[in-house]
Amino acid sequence: MSVTTTTGAPPAAAAARPSIGLWQRMRGTVLALIVPLILLAFWHVAVKAGMTRLIPSPYDVAEYMVDFAWGGIWDDAFSGTLVTHLLASMSRVYGGFALAALVAVPLGILIGRNDTVRALLDPFLQLMRPIPVTAWLPLSMILFGLGARSAFFLVFLGAFYPILLNTIFGVRGVEKRLFEAASMLGCSPSAQFFKVVLPAALPSIFTGLRLGLGLAWFVIVVGEMTGVPQGLGAVIMDGRTLSRTELVICGMIVIGIAGFISDRVVVMVMNRLLRWSPSHHG
Amino acid sequence: MAELPILDVRGVGKTYALNGQKIEALRDANLTVRKGEFVCLIGASGCGKSTLLRIVAGFEPPSAGQALMWDKPVDGPAPDRGMVFQDYGLFPWLTVRQNIGFGPQSRGLPKQEVRDTAERFVNMVGLTRFADAYPHQLSGGMKQRVAIARVLANDADMVLMDEPFGALDAMTRERLQDELLDIWQRTKLTVLFVTHSIEEAIFLADRVVVMEPGPGRIASEHRIELPRPRDVASPEFNEVRRELSARLHSHHARKAA
Repeated sequence: MSVTTTTGAPPAAAAARPSIGLWQRMRGTVLALIVPLILLAFWHVAVKAGMTRLIPSPYDVAEYMVDFAWGGIWDDAFSGTLVTHLLASMSRVYGGFALAALVAVPLGILIGRNDTVRALLDPFLQLMRPIPVTAWLPLSMILFGLGARSAFFLVFLGAFYPILLNTIFGVRGVEKRLFEAASMLGCSPSAQFFKVVLPAALPSIFTGLRLGLGLAWFVIVVGEMTGVPQGLGAVIMDGRTLSRTELVICGMIVIGIAGFISDRVVVMVMNRLLRWSPSHHG
Repeated sequence: MAELPILDVRGVGKTYALNGQKIEALRDANLTVRKGEFVCLIGASGCGKSTLLRIVAGFEPPSAGQALMWDKPVDGPAPDRGMVFQDYGLFPWLTVRQNIGFGPQSRGLPKQEVRDTAERFVNMVGLTRFADAYPHQLSGGMKQRVAIARVLANDADMVLMDEPFGALDAMTRERLQDELLDIWQRTKLTVLFVTHSIEEAIFLADRVVVMEPGPGRIASEHRIELPRPRDVASPEFNEVRRELSARLHSHHARKAA
């Protein structure tokens, strides 16, 4: 059929690409490593040349990272505690994020669908939005006390707005045409919520979740300034107080890697669920 | 007394308010369509042909008069009047098969029946190999086939088509016109088809309804008696085209004068 041939590869053919060379497969990884390696080399040279005496060399940091993870080199108060701190931070990041998603997605759908709710809540939420999470720190400590609950609240706050705003955007942005199509096919207005609104808004909701989770990692250090004994943020604050820069850098690296991995997981889930969307398959 | 028409449009008018100004999009439109008829609405932009179609679909209420479907006033969209949009209006998150099964499923048919119906109409429009593809993986012509199939799968009494082939290339358009006629003849469908192409209207329709703008209204009706399959290159076809063309332009000339 001439019409089918003009449309290019059928979906099944996309998976059956001819095998590609090693370079093609490694290309992305190699290119991604160039900038970090250059920076690492610069860092090493700068420290060796004596440009700063306050920052340890990459080698010292790497050695400390091993000690931080497994112990056996310095055996100080932080040796072998990485997993404990990481788990503590992860529980706050994912807990705060999950709570934010649980509140922000339904609330966003409500605001997006209902004019009264929007008139009621939108101005207030827009007013609260510019207030940075750091500014909430003192109030949060008064409200929730010193410790984990306060950290949890701050992470929640950080993740809340991107999820909320993207959900509202997604729900309000559903093409009118799709409602017309659904109703002329016999889909009742109440059924259209699950059959049209939710699936159509899903890409935006996912964008919100992805940004929200990123921000949850982003604010974890602030969240753990609230006097919690464990957590990567607490480690960084302790390192700062003790002038242990290598500890601070180790904490930074672990947060970076953990945040990166959790983002990759979200993207994988997203690509799987949004296979139908031209901007998400890949 | 003639048999009951499937569609009876009586004195339908539509007035919009735009920036505080009243715009009369359609005035006193009267039209009857009998079961199995293929009727084309044709006219320049602003003649109200899409407005009329959307009122029949139930997407917009008329400001005056009423549209009767099987003698009952149209009150909102319903599956007895399936619409095919120029921009397809497919659900991007559903596969071809699921898009076609959307209507039967929404009407609460049993699962097995939904599956069988979808299967049958996927095959009918020749998309068997693409049954599990998503809309973004299809060409325009294929998307429009899905849009037609989902309306047919829903057992619509009447298919409303709003310039459905307007966004397609000429080759695909001709092919889909042939396919549509073929389906129409096999299924005894009733079609109300909006177009701005005189040739398309003459090729497809039993009856062509000419509309004119300012305010939008029905100007004249023409029965096309050419035997099918019609040959767009034949002298008879050209004769009709010339007639209809003159008719359309005389409206324009009168308006310009």
